Amino acid sequence: MIAAHLPALQIVLPLLSAPLCVLLVRARLAYALSLIVCWLAFAISIMLLGQVLDGGVISYRLGGWAPPWGIEYRVDLVNAYVLLIVAAIGALVITYAGPSVAREIGGGRETLFYTSYMLCLTGLLGVTITGDAFNIFVFLEISSLSSYILISLGTDRRALTASFRYLIFGTIGATFFLIGVGLIYQATGTLNLADMANRVEPLGASRTVQAAFAFMAVGLAVKAALFPLHSWLPNAYAYAPSVVSAFLAATATKVSIYVLIRTYFSVFGPEFSFEVMTLGPVLMVLSIAAMLIGSMIAIFQDDIKRSFAYSSVAQIGYMVLGIGFATVLGVTGGMLHLFNHALMKGALFLALGCLIWRTGSVSITAMQGLGKRMPWTMAAIVGGGLSLIGVPLTVGFISKWYLLLAAIDSGLWWVAVFILISSLMAIIYVWRLVEVAYLSPSPDGAPSGEAPLVMLIPTWVLVLANFYFGVDTRVSVGVATEAAKYLLGAGS
Amino acid sequence: MEWPGLYNYWIVIFLMMAGLYIVMARANLIKKMVGLSIFQVSVFVFYLTMGKVSGGTAPIVIDGDPVYSNPLPHVLILTAIVVGVATLALGLALIVRIKESYGTIEEDDIEKQETDA
Repeated sequence: MIAAHLPALQIVLPLLSAPLCVLLVRARLAYALSLIVCWLAFAISIMLLGQVLDGGVISYRLGGWAPPWGIEYRVDLVNAYVLLIVAAIGALVITYAGPSVAREIGGGRETLFYTSYMLCLTGLLGVTITGDAFNIFVFLEISSLSSYILISLGTDRRALTASFRYLIFGTIGATFFLIGVGLIYQATGTLNLADMANRVEPLGASRTVQAAFAFMAVGLAVKAALFPLHSWLPNAYAYAPSVVSAFLAATATKVSIYVLIRTYFSVFGPEFSFEVMTLGPVLMVLSIAAMLIGSMIAIFQDDIKRSFAYSSVAQIGYMVLGIGFATVLGVTGGMLHLFNHALMKGALFLALGCLIWRTGSVSITAMQGLGKRMPWTMAAIVGGGLSLIGVPLTVGFISKWYLLLAAIDSGLWWVAVFILISSLMAIIYVWRLVEVAYLSPSPDGAPSGEAPLVMLIPTWVLVLANFYFGVDTRVSVGVATEAAKYLLGAGS
Repeated sequence: MEWPGLYNYWIVIFLMMAGLYIVMARANLIKKMVGLSIFQVSVFVFYLTMGKVSGGTAPIVIDGDPVYSNPLPHVLILTAIVVGVATLALGLALIVRIKESYGTIEEDDIEKQETDA
């Protein structure tokens, strides 16, 4: 039965399509292949979520070797949810990619772009689906190496230095994770995450386990761009090709945060992470700093992509804040924001891609009078921006609402104040764009006209998703709550 | 504890710190890559040490009742070495491109050009 092999297909299909893209040589063929494979991956992730909702945890033995010796792909509610996010964004962004890549990358390098894109998608899906600690490292590196390439394809030469910087940071982060995995293997003798969780518990607060926890937490925080380890992110997102910015902003850091959640809650268990290691206050201070400083810097950027990149740093703060509460409400808020931020930043970066396609620039001056020149693109930016601020009826509101509830529920009302302050700052940096685009006249001879429909439609699908999931919260909140309960309740 | 005890681990820590220090302290991009490689190699040594059992031999079936070293960490590190090589290659390729477009591989000069632009 093919249905039994869905977990493997989720990874194998994009992985195989990557070399095929090189062999196809022609950009158009490579685009068609990646398009088909990405949508197939999306379909598979939906079916996997369905299977998990019906029948509970799926354990897939790679090559038939029984865990804990063989590599196990383990799909539960938490990673089925993350898989769905990654695959959905992957499919929407690749649909959009055709004209944008042809214009921004071009020069015979398009097939290589599709290859790296498929490899990156493979890596991200792999990190999410696997139940093996070393396997996480390998997939993490697959996605990272391909994302360095993707970023360096940007037209500005600063893309190269941004990519190099990310390479240094990313490698240090991944190597820290590897050290952590080594230490925990020394302590437990296993690499299977579920098995590890059972064996870590009796060890209690041994020094090896504590060191392993510290290395893994710091390494993953680098990959997730948690303040103050975020300094690779702004330039990388700002100078990458717009397709890449949208894809990475919506998926890459989310997957790292997923692994963080997995290590904190599933492997080490909430008691160890939050009582023995007192992670809660650490995460809260860092995430609040991220929210305030990220938003503050975002206000003063003239390059809009850079502004939204700093806003991503702030939004990662919200997700980690939710995890820091270590309550069902808090983790629900964090998981929701993971989903919601993918929707809003995906929409915003795709809309900026339309802007670049037409005007070739994302500086704030290029947006003068944009409301008249590119009404649909600008409306998409406003839609995404509203969601970023957290206006009711958008997804941004839902996740911030849950975070506020969690703050009040934990008796930390001052955290709620910081959430509100950071949201007010988001109003400032979104309003700046609205003001320039609608209230100032277009400069003479400014290029006008919309981007092609193939780019506008995926952008608008994401924008409308922002509003749809802001009104109908049954699916997103339902799954996030269940996932949070599962993480905090079962422990493993 | 007899001296030098677990000296492999001291080597690991020394290499790890030396590598990290080079990455942070050197402005030359090639030197940064060298530091990064040393840092990664320290982790390879760590894994190899971990798998070694005193008096153990290679895990090949032989007569008698031999003690085997744990082959798993060694196999893992083969994969990690491949990752390390790929990272080094990609890093160097990026450095070539940086040299082509900036004319220098010194971080200070690059930063100066970026802020001037």
